[in-house]
Amino acid sequence: MRLVYFAWVRERVGRTDEDVDPPPSVSTIADLVRWLRTRGDEYEHAFENESVVRAAIDHVHAKPDAPIAGAREIAFFPPMTGG
Amino acid sequence: MPVRVRVQAEDFDVAAETSALTEGRPDIGAVVAFTGFCRDENGRLSALELEHYPGMAEAELLRLAAQAETRWALAGLTLIHRFGLIRPGEQIVLVLAASSHRRAAFEAAGFLMDYLKTRAPFWKREHLADGSVGAWIEAAGADDEAVRSWERP
Repeated sequence: MRLVYFAWVRERVGRTDEDVDPPPSVSTIADLVRWLRTRGDEYEHAFENESVVRAAIDHVHAKPDAPIAGAREIAFFPPMTGG
Repeated sequence: MPVRVRVQAEDFDVAAETSALTEGRPDIGAVVAFTGFCRDENGRLSALELEHYPGMAEAELLRLAAQAETRWALAGLTLIHRFGLIRPGEQIVLVLAASSHRRAAFEAAGFLMDYLKTRAPFWKREHLADGSVGAWIEAAGADDEAVRSWERP
């Protein structure tokens, strides 16, 4: 699946997007965040306060317990500040 | 109900957008327009940089318009949000809500702005008057509270 990052989450991770292939045990957004945090300091920094970072699955807002099976694109980003 | 949603770098013309919404529509009795501008914060800012999530930004604005349509009798909606570098005094966002009567148009425009601020994937970063790039703006708790106020029975 493809991961995309925005705003300070993108800056902390150090990339705009990447393709990942998490193990089968990773079944929800929260699992995915925990798995990403094991991949390096940049992810640990981006997700250090998990409750702050928001997620979307295929362009729809998703809660931490949302299943990720079949997702094509998962986005992580800070709380929104448009308008 | 006609819904126009645009996410663009270019500026927009409120009068032209209003005409596009009302032309040939003698059923419309009210259009409420909200225009959000970039402020300079007492001279501190040279610009706001707006980042967005292409694809999801448009999709989320369409979802918010559909939600508004279920709550009010609307005759049309236009939602435009800009991205990129926007200077103080320039327009950032436009909501036009059209209805037969004013109350639905006023309420729908307020609802859409409150939800847009907390749900549409846009992020602002400050560019400072001294030329440096400042911090990402933090989400305001008051915006979350505004959304909750629409969800109370």
